[in-house]
Order: sequence, then C-alpha cells, then structure tokens
Amino acid sequence: MSGRGSVLLLTAPAMLLMAVFLIGPLLAVVALSFTNYQLGQPSLSFVGIANYLEMAEDETVRVSLGNTLVYAAVVVPASVALGLGAALLIEAEPSLRGFYRASYFLPVMATLIAMAIVWEFVLDPRLGVVNVVIKSFGWKPVDFLHDRKIVLFTLCGIGVWQSVGFNMVLFMAGLTAVPRELYEAAAMDGAGRGFERFRLVTWPMLGPVTLFTVVITAIRAFQVFDTVQVLTDGGPNKASEVLLHTIFAEAFNFFRDGYAAALVVMFLVFIVALSAVRLFVLGRGRTA
Amino acid sequence: MTAGQSLSPMGRVLRHLVLMTGLVAMLGPFVVMLVTSFKPKAEIFAADFHLLPRQWGGGENYLTALTQVPLLGFLLNGAIVSAAIFLLQVLVNVPAAYALAKRRFRGRGVLFASVLVCLLIPYQAVALPIYILFFSAGLLNSYAALVLPFTISVFGIFLMRQFFIGIPDDLIDAARIDGMSEYRIVWSVMAPSAMPALVAFGIFSLIAHWNDYFWPLIAVSNEELFTPPLGIAFLKLNGEGTAYGPLMAAATIVITPLMLAFLVAQRRFIEGITFTGLKG
Repeated sequence: MSGRGSVLLLTAPAMLLMAVFLIGPLLAVVALSFTNYQLGQPSLSFVGIANYLEMAEDETVRVSLGNTLVYAAVVVPASVALGLGAALLIEAEPSLRGFYRASYFLPVMATLIAMAIVWEFVLDPRLGVVNVVIKSFGWKPVDFLHDRKIVLFTLCGIGVWQSVGFNMVLFMAGLTAVPRELYEAAAMDGAGRGFERFRLVTWPMLGPVTLFTVVITAIRAFQVFDTVQVLTDGGPNKASEVLLHTIFAEAFNFFRDGYAAALVVMFLVFIVALSAVRLFVLGRGRTA
Repeated sequence: MTAGQSLSPMGRVLRHLVLMTGLVAMLGPFVVMLVTSFKPKAEIFAADFHLLPRQWGGGENYLTALTQVPLLGFLLNGAIVSAAIFLLQVLVNVPAAYALAKRRFRGRGVLFASVLVCLLIPYQAVALPIYILFFSAGLLNSYAALVLPFTISVFGIFLMRQFFIGIPDDLIDAARIDGMSEYRIVWSVMAPSAMPALVAFGIFSLIAHWNDYFWPLIAVSNEELFTPPLGIAFLKLNGEGTAYGPLMAAATIVITPLMLAFLVAQRRFIEGITFTGLKG
C-alpha cells in the first residue's frame, strides 16, 4: 500500500510537468542561444557564440540593460523605504490601522495593466489631474510619458506605487516577530519611544526581513514589462526600453528566436544571482 | 504590534498627517478612475477641472466598455483560466509535496533539489521554448495554452511541503492502519490539516493569474480567448485612444472582482501574500 508504486503515483504528474514546462525549456533556451533558429524556418544551424557577440555590440541591448538597472536602482530603495515607513507608522497605533493597511495594499492586487491605463490618464499633459495641480501653481505642464528625460522615472513611480504595499506587509510580518520584552527592556533603559527605540530595537531585529524584501523587490524590478508594453512601447526613442520588453520584441515581433534566447540567458543570470541571495537568506532564516 | 501607547499626542497627529498624504497617492488613481467613469465625454475634455462629475455619463461609458469589446466574455475567460490553473495546481502539486514531506524513497533528494533549482526560474525565461512547443503542437490560441504551463508550481510544492512536514506522522500512520490509500491520505488527512497554506496559495495563485499579462499576450491572439488584462489593452488600442470615459469604466469592471474578494476577506488576502512572499 505504501510501496514504490504509490510514490510514483504521487510524484509522476509533477515530475512530468516539471520536465516539460521548466527543465526542458530551460535547457532548450540555452541550446537555442547558440543557434540562428527562427520560428517557421525549416532549418537551423549552430552559430557558436555569435548571438552573444552580437548582443555585446547591440546598442538597443546596452540602452535596455542600462534602463533596467536604473529602474531597479530607483524602485528598490524607494519602495523598500516607503514600505518600511508605512509599516512602522501604521503599526504604531491602533487608530485607523485596518483602513490604512487595506488602502496601502490595494495597488498590489489591482490589475496592473488596467491601473497603468488609469495612470496614463492621471498623468495626461492636458487632462490629467497631476498636471491640473502643476498648472495651478503656474508651472508648465509635464509630459510624463513622452518626455525622454522623464519617462523612465514616471515608470519607476508607477512601479514604486505598486510595490510599496507588498513590502509593507512583509515588514508588518517582521514587526510582529520582534519580542515585546525587547521594547520593555529598551523603555527601562530610557529608549522607550521614537527614533532611539527604532535604532536600538526595531531596526536590528528587522535586518533579515529587510534584506529579503530588497532581494524580492529587485527581482520584481528586473521583470518590469506590463507598464512599458502598454504605455510607452519602450519609447520615445528607447528612453524606456527595458530588458524583458527587448526580449519580447526580438522573440515575438521579429521572431529572431536564437538571438532572443541569448538575451533570455543574460536575463536569467541576473535573476538567478538575485534569487541565490534570497535562497541563502531563506536557508539562514530557517536554521537560525 | 507592540508599540502601544508610546506615541505622544503630537506624534499621533503627525502619524495621521503623513499616512493621509501617502493615502492620496495610493488611492488617487482609484478615485480618478471611478469618478471619470461616471463623467460624460464633454466634461472629461473640458478645460476647467472638477473632481466630481457634474453631469451623469456613467451609463454611456459602461455601455460602450461592455459593447465595444466583449468585456464580460473576457471576465469569464479570466475566471475559467484562473480557476482551472488553481484546480490543476492543487491536483498536481499537493500529492508531490506530501511525498517529499512524508515519504522516504530513492530519488527524493534529487527531486527536491530540482524543485529548488526550478524556484529560481522566472516564467518569462521559459516562455519562448514553451511558445515554440505549443506552436509546433498546434496548441496556441486555446484555453490549454493559457493554463497548462502553470499547472506545475514548484513554489506550491515547496510551500505545501514546508507545511506538511509539521503534521505529525502518527496521524498518517493511523490513517494507514485504517486502510486508507496514499491518495486518500493526501486529500482526507493532509490537505484539511494544511488549509491555511492552501488558502494562502490559492489567493497568491488567483492574484498572479487573474492579473497576468505577459504569457496571455504571447499565447493567444484570438479575441474570444482574451483574459481581462489583454481585453483592456485591446480596448485601449482599438478604441479611439483617448476615449477615457469607457476606458475608465472598463478598468473599473476589470479590477472590481478582486477588489470585492479583497474587501470580503481582507485579512486572508494580506496573510496570503505575506505568507507566500516570505516562504517563496
């Protein structure tokens, strides 16, 4: 009844699907990156590292990678800091706690594509409420999504708006794990409130959660796609081109699958490096 | 937590002041979306701005959103796809999680190591080979194309295994003595004991797949199979790009199902996301 057969029955569907949809495709994408495969073409040939050499010379890829790094460099610190701030302030007192928590969390769940279109309207140079406010100060309206100096930071702003609530709930979970006695001890030593208490008790206890939140947010930042695809298409003039959008265009607009596969491998290297940190933190957290 | 009465009266006022300011940014887009969906076109394009509608244009906006594209059909597709994904995820991954947690067998270490390795793979990275596979198999443009790649969830296996490990072996032994098959044990003993983890995973899965845009964009081009995110992008591209009234109405319709679920089961949602965020 509990022999080999039953184990196979329990695990076979998962193993099969893992092979077909994860491990197989992972190997396939690495293999494809050394070929000139194009969808629909009858033949493909091995081209060695030609795709990787082309990638190194490709101006679009350089811009795209740079933009993705800038995006992560803005969104990660901003949304982690704001998430921490929101968590600390909301948990500091019971008054309106549930209301704040739900409101700050709302953007995490709302369909991002729908909200991106709402943001486009909110930021419209002529009709948008943000520019109505800007104009009421007598300033010139800002074309948030078509000005090439601003567009990437506009997308960063939407990214921060969407991730603050996610980071906030992670920090809230971290806060509940801080032992009450520590606060009492700190109060007896005269660090009962405000910044001193945060510096001496809360912050050191939140260390692991913070590292973890930074890594998750960075991984999510590298996967930015929806807002770019629906709002700017990488423009104007590649000013908001990001890695996943470049990969998407090469693979599904131009069908240059071999080259797209090489880009995917680069994308994977970034994600796996970040995820390795995450697993390391996770492992340490469990043994500690 | 904790902090209890540690805020001074001044601190209390400051707390509300800062949080309310943040609230304007967090909820602002939702408010604009809702009020704009009620405004007639002339008012949306008027030179002077009023937050609240002066004339009622809601009927026309919602009617346009629902008739210009088959929005209700898109919602139904979203529900079918999200439900099918979660159901299959449970059927495929919960038994595997049980085997990894409670059974000793040859190859268990390798299987668990594969799960950990696969946890590192973002699904966008394997989308291209899966697309080529489905293209060759003639599976693109089908519900199967939208659902199948997500039936395996190494994250689900990992999460459920963590939870199953804590369930006492005595419970399983007792079930075996009662003559239960391994499958019965999974569904009648393990799954009910792991309800909190299962609910958290369900909420995580629902949010992820209801909102997913990347894979449906690749897998289907047939309008009849569009999920809500594809549908609203389609409305934007195919309507007059500036028909903001109907667009805001469509956005409201698309986000409402999850928002209602959230309002009903707020605590569960936040716990689910926290739980899956921390463990995953």
